[in-house]
Amino acid sequence: MTTATVQPTTKLWSGGKSPFNVSYGKLMMWYFLMSDAFTFGAFLISYGTIRFSQNAWADPNYVFNAFPLAGHANLPLAFVSLMTFILILSSVTMVLAVHEGHKMNRKGVEKWLFWTILGGLAFLGCQAWEWTHLIMGEKEVLVNGVIEKWGTTVTHNPWGPEVLHNGQAIATPGPIAFGGYFFGITGFHGFHVFSGVVINIIMLIQNRMKIFEKRGHYEMIEKAGLYWHFVDLVWVFVFLCFYLV
Amino acid sequence: MSQVATAEVGHHDDKAQIKRIWKTFWILLIITIVELGIGLAIYSIHKGESPNETLVLMFKGVVCILTLAKAFYIVGVFMHLGDEIRNMIMTIIVPLLLFVWFIIAFLWDGNAWKNLKNTDAGSREYIEKPNEKLPAKEKGHKD
Repeated sequence: MTTATVQPTTKLWSGGKSPFNVSYGKLMMWYFLMSDAFTFGAFLISYGTIRFSQNAWADPNYVFNAFPLAGHANLPLAFVSLMTFILILSSVTMVLAVHEGHKMNRKGVEKWLFWTILGGLAFLGCQAWEWTHLIMGEKEVLVNGVIEKWGTTVTHNPWGPEVLHNGQAIATPGPIAFGGYFFGITGFHGFHVFSGVVINIIMLIQNRMKIFEKRGHYEMIEKAGLYWHFVDLVWVFVFLCFYLV
Repeated sequence: MSQVATAEVGHHDDKAQIKRIWKTFWILLIITIVELGIGLAIYSIHKGESPNETLVLMFKGVVCILTLAKAFYIVGVFMHLGDEIRNMIMTIIVPLLLFVWFIIAFLWDGNAWKNLKNTDAGSREYIEKPNEKLPAKEKGHKD
């Protein structure tokens, strides 16, 4: 083995080597991700505060029940589960790419990075479909005694509590904050996915140019991997806050 | 870059590592499927007559715990934080403990806000008006 073994003595802090046994770049990536976690955390907690302050909130099982090419079939949570599955799978392919990097296997890194990028693009495609469906979807909603057709946007929320209107149950406008939080937070996450895909494409190109092979280590793949896993990690919490509870 | 812990892994380590990655994948997948099942259970409880709110709250609590388990596996195995040295792990984990206070304080605040609205700042009985009066909306008018 090499320097990976931990030095247990106080010599760790006597200079000359990283006391945390990681490179500067990797450590700073960790701290960047920690600060990014606070940004996402602040968004999600602010969403929670507003949601707790409301008497009624949109029920995710009704808002997110559509699936591409399934028409008006009622499939609660199905599509978002597919998105979650895609992101978890792309996390696995990323960690396999990092693993191939440890083995100095350029071809292996290329193969798994390619699948990771494909997974990221598939996720973005799914999100684009979901957003389009919500914004363009025309839901009947009772506004000041008149039935209107609304999409879900940052200014319109047709998912309020239902009332009886001429003997028929119909939704009323819900809290206006719903759209802003949903599109704001999933959009911020989607932007992270997008930038992750861009970073991975750059890694793929540099890998093809044998830059890491010449450098003698694939640490850049590890850093890109940390970022990519973080994107997956955030999605786990977005999935919880918007779709499950 | 002598301090970088990128060791050449032996053939045996290699197999074990790949096995660990796929095992984590299956754990994450199974947890997600369980969460999905709970989500659908909440859906069917809400659809029924007189939904049991305590049961729904319990289910939501279980989903939160399962999500934390998923986060643990992603950070610990996929991001290899579990393989770093203890001091380094602590510089990441300890600041994140602030979230414990953040979540409790802000959700508490949101709930207090709701109580104030529903009691007109404590001046009357608690009544949940199901349909809050919204300002009239005109096309192109932002509020």
